[in-house]
Amino acid sequence: MAAQHLSAEEAIAEVKDGDTIMVGGFGLVGAPLSLIDALVEQSSAKDLTIISNNVGEPGRGLGLLLRQGRIRKSIASFFTSNPEAVEAASSGVLAYELIPQGTLAEAIRAGGAGIRGFYTPVGAGTDLAAGREQREIDGVLCVLQPPITADVALIYATWGDRLGNLRYRRTAQNFNPAMASAATLTIAEVAELCEPGGIEPESIHTPHLYVNRIVPSTLRLADVPGAGT
Amino acid sequence: MTDARDVIAARAAQELRAGEIVNLGIGIPNRIPGFLDPAVEVFLHTENGLLGVGPRPQPDELDLELIDAGKKPVTLTAGAALFDSAASFAMIRGGHIDTVVLGALQISETGDIANWMVPGGKALGVGGAMDLVVGAKRVIVTMTALTPAGEPKLIPACTFPLTALGVVKVVITEHAVFRFVDGELILTELLGGATEAVVAAETSARYRVALD
Repeated sequence: MAAQHLSAEEAIAEVKDGDTIMVGGFGLVGAPLSLIDALVEQSSAKDLTIISNNVGEPGRGLGLLLRQGRIRKSIASFFTSNPEAVEAASSGVLAYELIPQGTLAEAIRAGGAGIRGFYTPVGAGTDLAAGREQREIDGVLCVLQPPITADVALIYATWGDRLGNLRYRRTAQNFNPAMASAATLTIAEVAELCEPGGIEPESIHTPHLYVNRIVPSTLRLADVPGAGT
Repeated sequence: MTDARDVIAARAAQELRAGEIVNLGIGIPNRIPGFLDPAVEVFLHTENGLLGVGPRPQPDELDLELIDAGKKPVTLTAGAALFDSAASFAMIRGGHIDTVVLGALQISETGDIANWMVPGGKALGVGGAMDLVVGAKRVIVTMTALTPAGEPKLIPACTFPLTALGVVKVVITEHAVFRFVDGELILTELLGGATEAVVAAETSARYRVALD
């Protein structure tokens, strides 16, 4: 089915208490800033589980949602870019799961691809393997990582067509394609929207079958104070 | 070159071979490109999705959507390729990166590395460190010999939380190059005018001396 076209506020209206939400981006690059802004300003959903490489930065991106106390748990590889998230996790206010970055990306990819888990040598024998099954495969100690899925994925793409086909730009791709595939409801924020056929078929990164809703981007990276410095 | 970090970066640059795919961590490794022999072309990979990292941009070249894993702006070299995080880490985990150069808090005499948090610390960020040291074919560690408190970093066994077991191949400090050969730690080179006695005083790991 073709993607629905909605405003950011309409698109996130069904996000409810207790939802698990994936949010694309590496730092603020590739983060769906308009959708995050709508979640912060227009929604009151709380007890959220947020899956994202970082929890934004202090007062920027997901850092705003954290300040509102609406994130119950965060799954990430790098909390350190937001000292407020580190503080909240250390003091027990924020439940958290720290996962090596590549394992996080692959678990999300697996979630979208129907893989029910995989053994990886990354993290085996370390504190991050605590409580997880470990076994030797061909003489190499590995840890079992289950797939990661979500109720909602919020992603960003520079280019999109009206069906929901997406194309990412530069290093703003990062977690977006995997997350687009791994949620029940995928909402894509797009900077430049075109008609079907406007993106060369070979150049489409995320085919439209993964994308349920398309939202025009109203808040850009360049609009965020201090972005890119 | 009086800055210890430059001494380390300059020596590490000599370890890289033409044609290698290299991932550089933040800190000292980021200084390596400034010391590379122009005749030695290496291809820099950054885990947030780019093979072909170029120099920092001039002001008129700045692109907010083009950053390295340290979230600093970069440029693209001719022939650069862009990809998503899952693909980038498949390259890393799959053994397609020749060399990773990164810093460490502690290295053990069996090649274990601890570089992502101190006990009781608040550094809740592992990022791609574990993936890189497990996946790369060769792990080179660049670090000052001592902590700011004057404690050795090359020690019998890591006391900080581990990043990975037995993965380190080369350790470069401002005073020495160590190599792990068949599981044994060997001092192969003295740097910056250091003597064997200087290196011994700042190293608590057991090692054999076999200077090149």
